[in-house]
Amino acid sequence: MANPIEQFQIKPLVEISVGGTDLSFTNSALWMSITVVLVTSLLTAAMRRRALVPGRWQSLAELFYEFVANMIRDNVGSEGRRYFPFIFTLFMFVLFGNLLGMIPVAFTYTSHIVVTFAMAAVVFIGVTIIGFARHGTHFLRLFFPHGAPILTAPILIPIEVISYLSRPFSLAVRLFANMTVGHIILKVVAGFVVALGVFGVVPLAFLAGITVLEFGIAILQAYVFTILSCIYLNDAINMH
Amino acid sequence: MTDHERPTLEDLEARLRAARAKGEPPGGNGNGRSGRSNASGLGLGMRIAVELVAGVMVGVGIGWALDRWLGTAPLLMVLFLFLGGAAGVMNVYRAAKGMDESVGLGQAQRRQEARRSSEEEEGGG
Repeated sequence: MANPIEQFQIKPLVEISVGGTDLSFTNSALWMSITVVLVTSLLTAAMRRRALVPGRWQSLAELFYEFVANMIRDNVGSEGRRYFPFIFTLFMFVLFGNLLGMIPVAFTYTSHIVVTFAMAAVVFIGVTIIGFARHGTHFLRLFFPHGAPILTAPILIPIEVISYLSRPFSLAVRLFANMTVGHIILKVVAGFVVALGVFGVVPLAFLAGITVLEFGIAILQAYVFTILSCIYLNDAINMH
Repeated sequence: MTDHERPTLEDLEARLRAARAKGEPPGGNGNGRSGRSNASGLGLGMRIAVELVAGVMVGVGIGWALDRWLGTAPLLMVLFLFLGGAAGVMNVYRAAKGMDESVGLGQAQRRQEARRSSEEEEGGG
């Protein structure tokens, strides 16, 4: 049986070293580049004609656009419009990263916690900066709920601070864990197909179901990642 | 685009405006939505599990770092373990209730579903 963890190994494709730091172009970087090129060319090519009545490809591009635009309008309001480019980029990068990872020989860069945590940290730091820029020190009221007795402050404030600081971790871990676990399950079950010989039909059927489920999870996790970013953004923009 | 098609577009525009003015119908209707609501339920479940663990993780991390800094070996880590657990439970509670805007995923999903189902009804009928 093939090692189920092997698929997550980072392999340098082009060795680059700058001042002792390893900056090699890896398979992870390759698939990120493929994603960026694919998304950019897909959207550009689809919107090239800009028809009033959209064709097949233009409908697809508009579907993505409206999905994210509605998500921002529902969760952040009209104030969130100016952050649309960032949220849209985030959504497309995660979505296509997850979906391209389902191609058999592809590398899923969202299955590495470094990648997901980097994205979550950008969201977290950005949201915190936006919050302080818009509300100044008033933003700190977020850490003490309205109407709570002042005596509870020594307990409530540390809890609220930890709860706030746990956001990037929960964002990063959720995406990373879902992608990693899904790919490991696929590999393990696929290993049984060969090992069981004729009876391998059973895990094969199971595998088909799991593959469908994994596609669903790939889309769902991209959605969850984006909607949580929207909710955090809403927190910073519209304090209550 | 020829001239005689223009009224159709205006008609469409008027129908769109009417549909928007109708607003969001209350959720919980429609019968073809069980698959999607299961999917969002799955998302909510995963979110809650991770939220609980993340709170504890961050609490222990902060306690450990403070201990290293202040040299108060296990005391702060134990204290922050409990605070982290409380933060995790609070996150879970908020996520489940959808009561707080900061973690109101449940609310957002309900709104989205209500809108989607209203769009489906109009698209189908």
